[in-house]
Amino acid sequence: MILLWVEIVAIAAIVICTIRAILGPTAPDRMVALDGVTALMIASLVILGAFYRVSMLLDIALVYALLSFLGTLAIAKYLEGRGVES
Amino acid sequence: MIEYIAYVLLAIGSVCSVIGAIGIVRFPDFYNRVHADTVVVVGGAMLLMLGAGISGGLDIFTVKAIVIALFVFITNPVSSHALARAAHKSGVKLWSKSVVDKLQEDKR
Repeated sequence: MILLWVEIVAIAAIVICTIRAILGPTAPDRMVALDGVTALMIASLVILGAFYRVSMLLDIALVYALLSFLGTLAIAKYLEGRGVES
Repeated sequence: MIEYIAYVLLAIGSVCSVIGAIGIVRFPDFYNRVHADTVVVVGGAMLLMLGAGISGGLDIFTVKAIVIALFVFITNPVSSHALARAAHKSGVKLWSKSVVDKLQEDKR
């Protein structure tokens, strides 16, 4: 039961991070906020898998962690050398 | 015994993730926000994953959760560093009260 409350706290932190992803003045600001959102999303997937004892959700979380790492590196490479724009 | 360790990890992870999320919203410039993002990922998400992994006793579930937590712990500094370097190269300004910029001094 305590896992559900922790899940609610993690989702609240995701919502707070999303505010910066919407507001952020430059593109790297939005990308940092999205990095935090993906990390909390992976944690909430693991918590949900621990609550229902479903081991498949952990495989989804592992693939999601790999794809978010590669996506952040690709976007950092894409942003390098471009000017600042909102 | 193992449940109480899990409760302590889940409590610290919840507090760190909320504090880091507030820091991402409230900090004044991009480079301070990278610091808050590290608090979210390492202090928040990784401890939440470890606590959820050991909350139901030690079995194969715990091993998978620890593997995911280690993967996030290793890869997040790499992506944060790449992002901060790309932002500095593309000319994101520092906060007006920041005192030192070593990378800018090295470029000159």
